[in-house]
Amino acid sequence: MAAVAADADAPGPRPWLLMSPALTAVVLLLAVPLCFILVYSFWLRTAAGGEQVGFFLDNWAEVLSDEFYRDILFQTLRIAGLSTVVCILLGYIPAYFIARSTTRHKAALILLLMLPFWISYIIRTMSWINILGVSGALNVFLLWTGIISEPLQILYNEATVILGLVHFLLPFMILNIYVSIDGIDTNLADAARSLGATGWQTFREVTLPLSMPGLAAGSLLCFVLGAGTYITPMILGGPRNAMFANLVFEAIITQLNWPLGSALSLVLLVVLGAVVVVYTRYAGIGQLAKSFK
Amino acid sequence: MDNTTRYQRLLERYRNGDLDRRTFLTLLGAASLTAGLTGAPLKGLQRQAMAATPESVRFDGWGGVVSEAFRKHAFDPYTEKTGIKVVDGTFGSGDEYLNRVKAGQEGEYNIFHASGVFDYARYVNLGYDVVLNEANIPNLKYVMSALMTPFRGVTGGKLSAAPYDYGTTGLAYNTEKISKQEMEDKGAKILIDPKYKGKIGGWGDWRTRIWYGALATDQNPNNIQDMDAVWDAIRAHRDLALKYWGSGAELMSLLAEGEIYVTEGWSGRIAALQQQGHPIAYYDAPNSYAWQECLMVLKGSPLEACEELLNFMLEPSVSIAVAEGQNYPPSLDPTKVDLGEKIPTLPAFDPTGKLANLTFADPAYWNGNEAEWSKKFGRVQKGY
Repeated sequence: MAAVAADADAPGPRPWLLMSPALTAVVLLLAVPLCFILVYSFWLRTAAGGEQVGFFLDNWAEVLSDEFYRDILFQTLRIAGLSTVVCILLGYIPAYFIARSTTRHKAALILLLMLPFWISYIIRTMSWINILGVSGALNVFLLWTGIISEPLQILYNEATVILGLVHFLLPFMILNIYVSIDGIDTNLADAARSLGATGWQTFREVTLPLSMPGLAAGSLLCFVLGAGTYITPMILGGPRNAMFANLVFEAIITQLNWPLGSALSLVLLVVLGAVVVVYTRYAGIGQLAKSFK
Repeated sequence: MDNTTRYQRLLERYRNGDLDRRTFLTLLGAASLTAGLTGAPLKGLQRQAMAATPESVRFDGWGGVVSEAFRKHAFDPYTEKTGIKVVDGTFGSGDEYLNRVKAGQEGEYNIFHASGVFDYARYVNLGYDVVLNEANIPNLKYVMSALMTPFRGVTGGKLSAAPYDYGTTGLAYNTEKISKQEMEDKGAKILIDPKYKGKIGGWGDWRTRIWYGALATDQNPNNIQDMDAVWDAIRAHRDLALKYWGSGAELMSLLAEGEIYVTEGWSGRIAALQQQGHPIAYYDAPNSYAWQECLMVLKGSPLEACEELLNFMLEPSVSIAVAEGQNYPPSLDPTKVDLGEKIPTLPAFDPTGKLANLTFADPAYWNGNEAEWSKKFGRVQKGY
């Protein structure tokens, strides 16, 4: 009897049918290419730039034993981590403001948040050259006001790479936090205030903990996206500000070493996957869904 | 037994009822996995690739004014005469394009604007070359022999490309900050002069960096004896440089905005800056890096259609229009063709048609060291 009831409750094939287009896309566009990349990582580059097919561990031995790759990986994680922290600090206040705003122009504020996505990421990144360059707006203004007599060299260092990443990632952070705060029942804050909590205490004890799912989801997104970028360090970085994705780009495009590039890209994938696993362990992957509820 | 036969036999056994559906699919999956691990599907795809249809020929170039000039002066008249359409594509760098060709199928890409004989040699080494029937390209008679000889050397006396233009990667400097005398005195050593720390640029290309490292250490770039000294020079340049630039647009921006005072640069781009009125001069030091570009036809292309298109592109009026647009002298022999007024004023132009004063990269030497040097440069570039 119980078995019959269980069968009746079973969802049947419909969910799988509904999910099949997405699953097909994931399998064909992600899983299958990943398998190819894995296979490639065991091949070797020939002198002419082709591939020697076989099962060789040389690329993996090199990637895992060479401190050059380890150092660039740590540098990448550090830059992505710093960018994420800056995004949290800069993103929380506008997200809180939009979520708690009672203005009828709230939709317009959210639209403004989306506005940067309408412009190419590369163009957005390059715009900093016109702002911070030797002949850029900031230097021209400082020279004009007499604050400086010689243009400042602001661009092409780690700070400008982080600046470019924050510019790129901030909307993701704000949107995640906004959705989370917007879902918090305002009566909870009112109840805390009626029980004698100050505004700061209410924020610290009620709003902040309840907005943590959005904060965590935003941080995860920003960190993973930041760690995987190569355009920003290429445009706004100096000679020593490369990130791990730049190594993948160079191995594949410049050195025509697809096998090594495959091994490097898998290392980055595994490391970022580990971050997601850690996130799941401590925050729970369900938190990601919560932030969008 | 090849994979196709193997699959057909499996299918036959399945249809005969010797295999149930699950076993058939399992075996098919296992065969696919095995083929994947041995690289068979990729090679198989290459074998089965189809040549471009005779109705169209694909050309890939650097875009911009060059593309416009080709479209107006060569592609449209060619289509009008032959009925064959030209599909016009662009790429950002030679390395990027080679990756595209490698990832694509035979016949997908037909003709492209290649840089340097070493680039030509890379494609030849990977088996992407063809043998052109030169009788179908009568305009080759206008092309300088000095430009065709290196290509013939790579492909056993035959051609898989038509030389199209040439130029140099010389030293570009801001005349308001650096005098002509100082530039001529220091030559390539100015790129490692601490006096200009933070105001030096450089192309983030391993060949160019090593070439200029060789010049800065008084060595022959085509026969470097002390490679350690070259790497030290590259490190010195790295520590003094503001930035490695990655495109012609970025090179022009850095010089025009005054971010850097000196760098090596492409002669045509520097000529463009001069035409825009920027105080930028160009100096070809002894053994400055000369290169020649060509229009290369790739394996699997419709040969006769490509040869005819090449002939259109080598027509002196087309070649001159493109040269004026991109500011690089054409491959046409100035002793055989009147090149007009502008071209003789371009940097690197050689009125003799012999190119005896230019030093080109030896393709065998540079491609022989490519794997090691490009990899090491990637590390040195990042502070190692």
